[in-house]
Amino acid sequence: MSARRIFARPARLAAIMPYVWMVLFFLVPFGFVLKISLSQTAIAQPPYEPVFDLTQGWEALKAAFAALSVDNFRLLASDDIYMFAYVRSLTVAVTATALLLLIGYPIAYGMARLPTRWQAVAMVLVIVPFWTSFLIRIYAWINILQHDGLLNQILLALHLVSQPVVWLSTDSAMYIGIVYSYLPFMILPLYATLAKMEPVLEEAASDLGAPPWQVFWLVTFPLSLPGVGAGVLLCFIPIVGEFVIPDLLAGSNSLMIGQTLWLEFFTNKDWPVASAAAIVLLVVLLAPLLLYERLQKRQLEQGR
Amino acid sequence: MTDKLPRTNATAKAARGDAHPAAGEPLLRIEGVAKTFGTFRAVDGVSLDIKAGEFFALLGPSGCGKTTLLRMLAGFEAPDEGRILLGGKDIAQALPHERPINMMFQNYALFPHLAVRDNIAFGLKRAGMARGEIATRVAEMVALVKLEGLEKRKPDQLSGGQRQRVALARALARRPQLLLLDEPLAALDKKLRENTQGELMELQRRLGMTFIIVTHDQEEAMTMASRIGVMRDGKLAQVASPRELYEAPHSRWIAEFVGDVNLFDGEFKLRDGHQLVIATQGAGTLVVAEPRERVGESHLSVAIRPEKVKLSRRGPVGEIGHAVAINSLDGVIADICYLGGTTTYKVKLDAGGMMQAAVANSARLDIDAYSLNQHVVAWFTPDDCVVLPS
Repeated sequence: MSARRIFARPARLAAIMPYVWMVLFFLVPFGFVLKISLSQTAIAQPPYEPVFDLTQGWEALKAAFAALSVDNFRLLASDDIYMFAYVRSLTVAVTATALLLLIGYPIAYGMARLPTRWQAVAMVLVIVPFWTSFLIRIYAWINILQHDGLLNQILLALHLVSQPVVWLSTDSAMYIGIVYSYLPFMILPLYATLAKMEPVLEEAASDLGAPPWQVFWLVTFPLSLPGVGAGVLLCFIPIVGEFVIPDLLAGSNSLMIGQTLWLEFFTNKDWPVASAAAIVLLVVLLAPLLLYERLQKRQLEQGR
Repeated sequence: MTDKLPRTNATAKAARGDAHPAAGEPLLRIEGVAKTFGTFRAVDGVSLDIKAGEFFALLGPSGCGKTTLLRMLAGFEAPDEGRILLGGKDIAQALPHERPINMMFQNYALFPHLAVRDNIAFGLKRAGMARGEIATRVAEMVALVKLEGLEKRKPDQLSGGQRQRVALARALARRPQLLLLDEPLAALDKKLRENTQGELMELQRRLGMTFIIVTHDQEEAMTMASRIGVMRDGKLAQVASPRELYEAPHSRWIAEFVGDVNLFDGEFKLRDGHQLVIATQGAGTLVVAEPRERVGESHLSVAIRPEKVKLSRRGPVGEIGHAVAINSLDGVIADICYLGGTTTYKVKLDAGGMMQAAVANSARLDIDAYSLNQHVVAWFTPDDCVVLPS
């Protein structure tokens, strides 16, 4: 009883903290964005009509609510540009995430099977790129991929190509950049689940007559699914909204939604449309999040 | 004549196309097998034959190489030297999934993402068995280990004992020629362990399968196995039946490792017919039966199991007591350990040594019990003693 009383308050406070954080830094800003998305552009500072002003009293508030419009969302639906941007973002994110999984899984598996002391070294090697600024690393890729860059020099020296290949401003360059940048986010959760998995389970499978590829597909992979889910989400969601990498490495003929947002916001100064686009993006991204949540819940129920 | 009798076991094996031993040959022959990890020689030249239908125990302290030997039989380690013949075929380099051998793992290694039913069916599916057949076999296995009604549970929804049964059913489902059990009962509490020991023995007899169990628990090995191989430092120290191991150990180390023992070092004095007279340190002069294998050295040890030592107030009593030449030693009770069924007395001998005597508490009341510092005579026959090289 007394122990409970001592721990009750700090424990409750700790439990409330994430909610406070979410309200302050997610829900409130989200409310602002939602509000802007429902208002009209104006040549003003800020460049949209104030939607409501609490100082004007109840009547003004009612009028303001009546003035809210979904015009911006209608615009998003009517103009192909936005639809293409969403589709391209999702396509790029799906492709890049699949590439990341294909490349990251063997690396994570190899790491998890290293002797313990080498695992720490491998972990540092995965994290070490973070010590250099992200932008500098992307500019370094521009250097590597340019016409007389390192990659073309190597390819020419090995006689794999006779002419320098155009890398920059292509989707290939963008995928190289994305895979390179997000690989640690794929490897780390995969490594965490694979490392804590008991190798004896794989032995049991092979003892029961499973050749190596079946051991992997029937035991290792299903048991690493929580890590796969975490890695896929950690990569997929930010890649959908990715701005810098496609802007610096990809061509300008088709834009991702992050770039479209930037254009609306800074070039067209149309905050309401930009906000509406951001809200739609959020709703689109909610789907994989909810799916992951449900999968995790099922896992928890199993893990009782 | 025996050829005309139905030999279901052998014919069933032949029908599945498995290797099976020719008449008189052992099912499993281990020949000079060795395994080195770095500079550590985990298994050091082990040779052993195991007959079909045996319940064999590998017993030894931790680090003696018993688990490594078992893992080489399962195929998880490849021996550096030697051959492993199963039904006459060398399988030393075969991969685990290519061997007609299954293993029950120490912590069961059940697949956490599969239900009980699917855990048991795992090996059957890999064998390419038809779906209907798998269902029948799984039901059979579930009934065999008494898990009816739990088929759809996941391993983490089971108790320790239930998990152990699933592991057993999974390992038995493929009807392996050889079942390996790695400390199968170590995770169970004492009462459950004893029940399960009985069930395992019953099952092994009923299925006529060959079991090799690895254990560090000598009581477990004694209870279940028909033969025990004691391992020490990567070598087989002795292979014998439980009784032989206990009553006729090959060395001081085995005498001490298997059960309790009183050991006295001494010098060979003279031979008197089939008996030797040995002057010991601590227990005076003892008359012991001559061992079957002649002991060459003059420095010897005499081993006497505590329950072979009888205590009395004045001297040897009863028929045997008077009929045979007796070793009879005076002493005082120095320590009493009451264990329920028996009481272990430590007797400080007048000759200087300490002798343990385990006395059955055959009467409920304590009128026959000895008290601390009481003078007693500890006595035993020459046949109760084992002479070992020291």
